[in-house]
Amino acid sequence: MTNRKDLETRFEEKARNVSAFVSRVDTLAQALDYTVDVCVRKEACRLLLAGCEEPLSGGAEGLCDAGRGKTVAAPGLGAEATRLLGRRIAREDVVLVEDTLRNHLAGIDVGITLVDFGIAETGTLVIDSSDEEIRLASMISEIHVALLPVSKIRETAYDVEKELVQDMRRPPNFTAFITGASRTADIERVLALGVHGPLELHILLMEED
Amino acid sequence: MQEARNLREYKDEVREALDNEFQREALDKFALAYPVGRQNAFAGLEIDTLVDEVARRKDFAVAHMEELYQEFKSKAEAAGVHVHLARTAKEANDIIADIARSAGARNIIKSKSMTAEEILLNHHLEAEGFQVTETDLGEWIIQLRHEGPSHMVMPAIHLSRYQVADLFSDVTGKTQDAEIERLVKVARRELRQKFVEADLGVSGANFAVAETGTIGMTTNEGNARLVATLPRTHVVLAGLEKLVPKLHDALSINRVLPKNATGQAITSYVTWITGPVECGATPDRKKELHVVFLDNGRSRLARDPVFSQVLRCIRCGACANVCPVYRMVGGHRYGHIYIGAIGLIVTYFFHGREKARNLVMNCLNCGACKAVCAAGIDLPRLIKEVHTRIQDEEGHPLKGRLAGIAMKNRKLFHGLLTSLRRAQRPVTGGTQFMRHLPMVLFGAYEYMALPALAERPFRELWPTIHTRVEHPRFRVALFAGCLEDFVYPQHLIAAVRLFSRHGVDVHFPLHQTCCGLPLDMMGEKETARELAEQNLEAADPANYDYIVTLCASCASHLKNGVPRLLQMAGSPSAKAREFSEKILPFSSFAADVLKLGPDDFSPSNRKVTYHASCHLCRGLGVRKAPHELIRASGSDFGQASEEETCCGFGGTYASNFPQISERILKRKLADFQQTGADLLVTECPGCVLHLKGGVTRQGMSMEVEHLAEHLADQMKPGPTREKELR
Repeated sequence: MTNRKDLETRFEEKARNVSAFVSRVDTLAQALDYTVDVCVRKEACRLLLAGCEEPLSGGAEGLCDAGRGKTVAAPGLGAEATRLLGRRIAREDVVLVEDTLRNHLAGIDVGITLVDFGIAETGTLVIDSSDEEIRLASMISEIHVALLPVSKIRETAYDVEKELVQDMRRPPNFTAFITGASRTADIERVLALGVHGPLELHILLMEED
Repeated sequence: MQEARNLREYKDEVREALDNEFQREALDKFALAYPVGRQNAFAGLEIDTLVDEVARRKDFAVAHMEELYQEFKSKAEAAGVHVHLARTAKEANDIIADIARSAGARNIIKSKSMTAEEILLNHHLEAEGFQVTETDLGEWIIQLRHEGPSHMVMPAIHLSRYQVADLFSDVTGKTQDAEIERLVKVARRELRQKFVEADLGVSGANFAVAETGTIGMTTNEGNARLVATLPRTHVVLAGLEKLVPKLHDALSINRVLPKNATGQAITSYVTWITGPVECGATPDRKKELHVVFLDNGRSRLARDPVFSQVLRCIRCGACANVCPVYRMVGGHRYGHIYIGAIGLIVTYFFHGREKARNLVMNCLNCGACKAVCAAGIDLPRLIKEVHTRIQDEEGHPLKGRLAGIAMKNRKLFHGLLTSLRRAQRPVTGGTQFMRHLPMVLFGAYEYMALPALAERPFRELWPTIHTRVEHPRFRVALFAGCLEDFVYPQHLIAAVRLFSRHGVDVHFPLHQTCCGLPLDMMGEKETARELAEQNLEAADPANYDYIVTLCASCASHLKNGVPRLLQMAGSPSAKAREFSEKILPFSSFAADVLKLGPDDFSPSNRKVTYHASCHLCRGLGVRKAPHELIRASGSDFGQASEEETCCGFGGTYASNFPQISERILKRKLADFQQTGADLLVTECPGCVLHLKGGVTRQGMSMEVEHLAEHLADQMKPGPTREKELR
């Protein structure tokens, strides 16, 4: 049996290798503080959505105008946590998205989701995204903040296989493995982060479940 | 895409591709970076074991394709998925167009799918009046340029940032800077708009898991997730070979796929979809999910005893990444739709003989693809098999038939070589090289100096150099091979000196003939088989401890090709097996059997570099022995960074595609020069011929020798013959 600390360290290392930001928090409250902080700091240095500062065609530019603003979405976090998050961001002039994310397809600043499992071998997050809001939060946010209880870190993908197959036997199911931010090297093999998905992935390793 | 109507037109296209400086430089850089990335990704893991596992799992799946399809269908349908089976490309296109029509779709977004490329889905949908947008960045770029992919994983690798900037300027109607980071952001926003407008999404699949009816997709950009999520209808197009029994199979294959493709431990996103999940784009929040399986020759291929392994392919693209020819000409000239080694093969099965005919000739048989294949597919052999099949279907060309007739009869063949030797005198001017090439015969080889045939072949010299060894340690038959025998007898003489000194009783069976590899390469399998039998007869393995050859190509063919050829003919193979087991290349015999070490040589002050012949390092897995021998010879060994890359000769290949061989050779020589060596040794007369020809033509000061020559030169001044005998 691999030592738990070992697993955590390996997970951290592998996730950082693919440019994820990894931090540790003790409680959900701290995780929410972190999220708000990330959002506020982002706001300070980036006033527009990624790409909106570029010269665009009419249609795409229209979408930028529609999506302007500071927004956070936190689907699947539970009523209590959402309420706590709402209180925190109210002080910071950030809006919590309360309607469906389909109304915000131009993009949101920060999406925060819970993680079902972590895979140490590759620094991968396993997120049951059958709920469309959770799916969208990890896709259209510019910064994705993922909360991973350290107790949920496993060695390899094989170690979550049983649970995954169980979920798949109860369709419909949409399970995402997420490792680092969205990336491409399609132009001259130069790595660029944030093509269609998040520009940044922040993983918060949480002590409490 | 292959539009050339004949080999001449194809060669013209190849020449144009070679002149594309940007592409060649880009691919050159990639060729150097890829192996490093791959190695890092696999660090600490047993690559061979992982590859074997992929092969085993895929073989099982391919053998059970029909059952897996039925299982997937029943599981997926129970989950509410519409499952379709298309026999042909046209059927698949029609099915998808019908789905789009019934869904009332107008705007279709796509994520990357080689299978969609295979059936030219976009063309079909556009002709039916739909607007189709590719959302993978590279695919979008080539779609806007009306091109096909030039690499399976990096479809736009042939384009520069400036070309992309110009393209995006056209698309947005605003001037775009050629800054990659910004261009990516422009694509992000422009395509996000397309996502919002889309009412149908088409994606490919990497896995179709039968036990749960689950689709698995691996991507880096995250576009496939949006394609699957945003529009109300999602169509997955998958080849039947994507079916696997269990999630475990998919997870296992996925341990290899990204590492082998891009040197990533895993891609940014791996998405598992089972059944239609809720979808906010429709009032009832119901998604429509279709899975279209494509056959298009796959089920027939699955039953083919020779070619079924083609379906193991997991589309990682690695066979192109390491191919010296791809590196020079790029994907548009190295495939029809699928590119690289696997592309050469599947083009024949998916797109027909016309498209494959010229492509299959453009293979050096260097084996780099086979060595890197994620599923252990014997790619070079299958390329040859396709070549043979096409010739069997269309009739063998005159060149091959003539070679076949001449070489079946050893006396006729060797007689021809002897008369050629006389005929060459006017063009050699008495030197070792053909000084004035008769253009008709050798025009293609202008880039290198061609060696002259030796004044006397080894077989004529043998009686004069044969040394009797009393109480020999080993009894060895020397297999010369045509080039050694008729062009480079000095290599063999050097080896005999070295071996005799170390107590080896060397024999030279006079009835040996060509090993048969060149004929196998020309698709003349029947003649190759007859030669195999003649050699088995000439050098009966029962009489020798080892059969040693100085030609790595002969060694590899005698060891691996001969048993295969004879087995196919149903001949008794016990003798063939023994023959194969006793074949040893020169360096293995010298290092592993004779155990030559530093004590056997006088130190030299030379700096020596080494070219690992394809058939030695990959064909026979001999890598360490030559290094050990060079070091033992007291020389300063300078290892070239691309030691194992093919020199570009490939026997008859160089006469078919001299421009490609020339570029590869130039690159190789530059690499050797970097080591600062004044001597380049190798272990295959074909490589000696090519490298020496290049060095001479370029006026370089580096010498080229067979490893045997160098070792014989460095041999300690030995005891006299009398002492030796005592």
